[in-house]
Parts: sequence; structure tokens; C-alpha cells
Amino acid sequence: MEVLYGHPKSLVSVQSKYCPGCGHGVIHRLVAEVVDELGMQEKSILLNPVGCAIWADLYFDMDTVQVPHGRTPAAATGIKRMRPDHLVICYQGDGDLAAIGTAEAVHAANRGEKFTTIFVNNAIYGMTGGQMAPTTLVGQKATTSPYGRDPGVAGMGYPIRVCEMLATLEGTKYLARGSVDSAANVRKTKQYIKRAFEAQLRGEGFSMVEILSPCPTNWQMSPAAAVDWLVSDMIPCYRLGEIKNELSTRETVGEGASLQGASLKGASLKGASLKGASLKGAAL
Amino acid sequence: MANKGKPVIDRERCKGCLLCARSCPMKVLAADETPNSWGYYPSRVVAEEKCIACGNCYQVCPDVAITVYKL
Amino acid sequence: MADEMCLMKGNEAIGEAAIRAGCDAYFGYPITPQNELTAYMAKNMLDSGRIFIQAESEVAAMSMVFGASSAGGRAMTSSSSPGISLKQEGISYACGADIPCVIVNVQRAGPGLGGIAPAQGDYFQATRGGGHGDYYHIVLAPKSVQEAADLTYEAFGLADKWRMPVMVLADGLIGQMMEGVTLPPALEPGTRPGRPWAAGSGRPLARNRITSIILDPETLEASIHSRYERYAAIAKERTSFEEVEVEDAELLFVAYGTSARVCLGAVQAAREAGLKLGLFRPITLWPFPSERLATLAAAGKRFLAVEMSMGQMVQDVRLAVNGAAQVDFFGRCGGVVPREEEVLAVAKKLLGRDA
Repeated sequence: MEVLYGHPKSLVSVQSKYCPGCGHGVIHRLVAEVVDELGMQEKSILLNPVGCAIWADLYFDMDTVQVPHGRTPAAATGIKRMRPDHLVICYQGDGDLAAIGTAEAVHAANRGEKFTTIFVNNAIYGMTGGQMAPTTLVGQKATTSPYGRDPGVAGMGYPIRVCEMLATLEGTKYLARGSVDSAANVRKTKQYIKRAFEAQLRGEGFSMVEILSPCPTNWQMSPAAAVDWLVSDMIPCYRLGEIKNELSTRETVGEGASLQGASLKGASLKGASLKGASLKGAAL
Repeated sequence: MANKGKPVIDRERCKGCLLCARSCPMKVLAADETPNSWGYYPSRVVAEEKCIACGNCYQVCPDVAITVYKL
Repeated sequence: MADEMCLMKGNEAIGEAAIRAGCDAYFGYPITPQNELTAYMAKNMLDSGRIFIQAESEVAAMSMVFGASSAGGRAMTSSSSPGISLKQEGISYACGADIPCVIVNVQRAGPGLGGIAPAQGDYFQATRGGGHGDYYHIVLAPKSVQEAADLTYEAFGLADKWRMPVMVLADGLIGQMMEGVTLPPALEPGTRPGRPWAAGSGRPLARNRITSIILDPETLEASIHSRYERYAAIAKERTSFEEVEVEDAELLFVAYGTSARVCLGAVQAAREAGLKLGLFRPITLWPFPSERLATLAAAGKRFLAVEMSMGQMVQDVRLAVNGAAQVDFFGRCGGVVPREEEVLAVAKKLLGRDA
């Protein structure tokens, strides 16, 4: 019988420590699938920092480097500069990237470092038992926001949209946000990852794929309810799609994108979706 | 003619999240009443003949516990 | 390549020595009094097609070093006291994951933002494992621009040999002053030891995992013990010190770095006046030359530790001597460099010779 969908080669075949219904499992598999499709298992280096991602080195059958919390983009900078022909993958959660490691993320992005960041956004701190994250939604309860995240009186701030924030930096070339809530979104997210990895291999950077991911345990929901909450509450806050795509192979423009002032001279628009796009001032 | 497929679930890898059953358009999968050795109630193929090999179950499974074969 | 003698600023000599030792990557952040080193590396690393990044912080720079080294490169960072505080987390990780690298601390006065004048207040931080957990790393203390170059050059080889960070503990005076220096020859390509353990090195036969997390307590304990066996081997092989006129000395100054230069002047002035003083100068602050100090104590010597601090190295002297000899201390801090005359006056007073 022909296997249509089976276990990727660069993923270790073992039961993971991740909770039932955790998005990490799907995201690990997508990364491994793309690594396999690109034939890069022997030339990939994955960085696993603090967070549930710390376990990633148990599950990826490739070289890995465990790094201090938040320093992942800095260490990846060192690694990619030393081994530019390798596929260097930062695998970070929301604490690592958007709290303790924000400076490192911003500056690596600003330098246009050529590694790819996989940013797992589950709006909470998982490993340490459910504290508020920079990505926690207003009103969302966590152990350190027991009455719900309150930007007002309690001064707890607002959810940070990292893709949009990094998009303002010229060094960033590809920033996409996917989700693993449904099979359709899982497939789209894989396309984003593939596009980002291919960009890295062409020497284009900085690339990042942010992926909305359920955390049933710390959201205190069943896996199914967690997926529902992701769709009903997270997606309206963190819009899906290619937030920024300035790659040389840009094929599609995301819904609602503005091309104000863009030059499309010589660009290929084959298969492009321009729904809602504004072409004001574009030179064609 | 519709595709036909055969999903095979590794009972001991499965953690019983049942996102696969939820994602299946043909209701091929459901919870097993017998737990595995971890204490989870894994997903079980209950209507194999209806499988159209869409792969949705594979896509959403966090544990890569499902292999989908083409028939 | 023939050695060359030239006049160089300490900071720049350190940079040139690093480049000749095959430094592949330098990551730094501006902080006085070591900015000339960062600038020297910027120009010369870029000129020679190597990696230079001015990082966003000393914290980030240390992790860049960690990354570059874990991927097989000879990596270095430099800073001064407050910035070295920032690097402690990364140093602990490098020691816990056995990652070679070179860290240069051009000390200034603390605590806090302190001052930019030279000091030796980071001895504890350097030798006690300033970050968390049980670890040590080699600490080399130069006294001159020449020694700063030599020890920096050697640091890369030591780091690779023992798989650990090596710190060059200088101070603002050494960093800023200009002296004649004969630079070591550039390392021949292909003479460096390989790193089969590095990310990107072992395939396809092995998977290389760089990590410092071991959750099982007994396994972690065993790994720490095996690292400490390595530390004992280093102590046997690489402990070093300099002795000046110690054989017949009535009192020995114990000092390192700039303090040692000051004490050397005091020894010379004393000897000219017929007073028998000597100098014991640790060069490796870790491993500390305890054995030799114990031997000198047993031979009846007394010691005066002189530091640009409130007394840090003196604790190691006391531990080494273990009550077998008199140990006194004199120090200036805040960025004040002691003078030969005042150090000599303290020694005379201790010996009852201040008339």
C-alpha cells in the first residue's frame, strides 16, 4: 500500500512529552516535513530555548543547540554566520521571543539575519504553568493575571503582534502568521514554512513564521475547546496570512495588502490574489 | 470516483485528543473505549470504508500517530 | 611569519593577538575603557573577511559567541565590568555546555556604573564563577601590553583544549597604555584542533546536540564531577605565576595585573635601600597558584596582598596559606591606582621599618 501521509524522516519516532492536543506536535511535524522535502536533514541546525520548546532537541533528528532564554536569535546569528550553508531554525515560544528576547529578535530581524524563526504563539507561558505572556489577550486569565489581563488599572499591557511589529524593519523579508487549528490552516502554515526555508536557502532573510497554537492544559480546556477558542478569540486578534512578503519569488499578495507606491515593473503576477489590494501609485 | 484510503492509528502514540475525529469529514474516527497503556483513550477507526484519504486526520494530529495509506 | 616589535595600545594588542590566534568571530558592545578593542576588531575582522557584529547588548554578544562557537568557530567577546556582569548567564551556559570561547574584561571601578578608571573589583566574579551553578573557567591576568597579547593568543588554544571559556582579566590601565610588544605569529591554517562535537560537524554519523540541561539530578551531578576532574587536570598543567626576588625576601607582595607593576616598582625601590622585599605574581587567577603559596608560607614567608579593590584575591591567598603565615592586605578602589611609595610604606610599617 502506498503511504500518502506518514511519519517524516527528520522527526524522531517516539511519543512526545507534549500535552494531548498541543500545537507543538503539529508544528514539529511541519518543520520536519519541509526539512525532508528540501533534503536538508543533514545540514539543519535547530535552536531550542527555554519554554516547552526546550524538548525540541529530543524530537528533531538533526543537530541542535540549546540556548539561554531569549537569546535564541543572538545564538542563531552566531551559528548562521559561521555556517551560512546550513538551514538554521530558531524554534521559540512567546516568552522567549516577545518578552525576555525581544531585543535579540528585533535586532536580528533588523540586521536581516538569514535564519528562520518559527514562533509558536499560544498566548500563555506553557512550561512554567500558565503565566501571562506578552501575547495573552485582554481579559484572558492566567496565573499572573487571575482576573484577566487588564491594560487599565493593573497596567498589564496589550497583546503584542510580533509580525506586524517586525514588519516595520527593513531587514525583515518574509513574515507570515499561520495556525494549526484546522487541517486547511495546517496546510497553509506548511506553505509559509516552506517559503521561509526556501528563502533562507536562497540567502534571503530575515524570515519568520508565527503560528497560533492551542495550549489546552494552561488554557484549562479540552483539546477541542482549545481549538475553538483559538478560532473565536485568537484569530481576530492575530490575523492570519503573509504579513510581509518581500521575497524575490513573491507570488501572492495577501488579502487587503496595500501596494501604495510599490513598483511592479517586471513582476510576475501569475496566480496572484489581489483581493482588496490598493494599487494607488503603483508603477506597472 | 472518490479516493479511498486507510488510516492506521498507532494506539500507543495517540494521546486521545481526538482532534482527528473532529477534522474528519466522513466520521471515520472516534474514541476507543479501551484505554492504551498510558491511560489515554486513543482514537479508533470506526468506519474505514468511508475514508476518502483527505489526510485531515494526519494534518491535525499532534503526535504523528496516524499513517494514511492510499487504496 | 616573523615576529614584529611595535608600539601598541593594550586594547589593540589584544585584538591583534586574537586575530592572529585565528579568531573567526568577534561580537562586542561599546563600553569604556575597551572601545578601542571593539573598533580594532570592527576594522580588522571585516578587512579579513571574518565575522564582526556590534551586538545590541553585552548579553546578546555573549550568546552570539555561544552560537558561533557551538557551530565550530573561534569566537570572542570583550567588555568591561558592568558588561561582564551582563554576560554571566551566557558564561554559565558556556561552562555548562562545554563551549570554548574567549572573554576579555578590561576592568573599571564599580559597583554599579562606578567609574571608568581601572580597578580589580571583578576578581570574585571571574574566579568564583560569577554566574549560577558549580563551575570555573580559566582566568588569565596580564600585567603588560606584551602579556595581554600573549595571554589572549594562548587563550584560544586553551579554550579549545579544555572546552571552556577563558577569560583575560585586564584593567583599564593595561587597556589604555601603549608599550612595546612583539606580536605572536599568525596561526598556520589547518593547525587548529577540530571540533567534532560542534553543530554541523558530526554528520552523517552522529547527531550533535549542544545542551546544558540535565534534569535527572544524579546524572547532572555525575557530569559536573567529570567536569571538575578536568579542572583538576588544568590546575596540574596550566597554573602559572611569576616570582621576583622571593628567595630571600622578608615579605612578599602578592599582586596581579597593574597592582603587580606597582609592587614591582616598590620591590626595586626597597632593594635599592637594602630592604628585602619580593613579589609573587599569580598569572592564572584560576587555577590559583595555591600550592606554591603554601610552600612559600611553609618556608617562613609573610605576605602583603595588594589589589585595586577592597580585598578579593587576598581571600585566595589566605585559603592557600591556611593559617601558616601572616597575610596582610592593602588596597585602593574606586578607580584609584596605588602608588609605589604608599605600597612600600605599608610594607615597611608591617616590618616595623618605618623609621
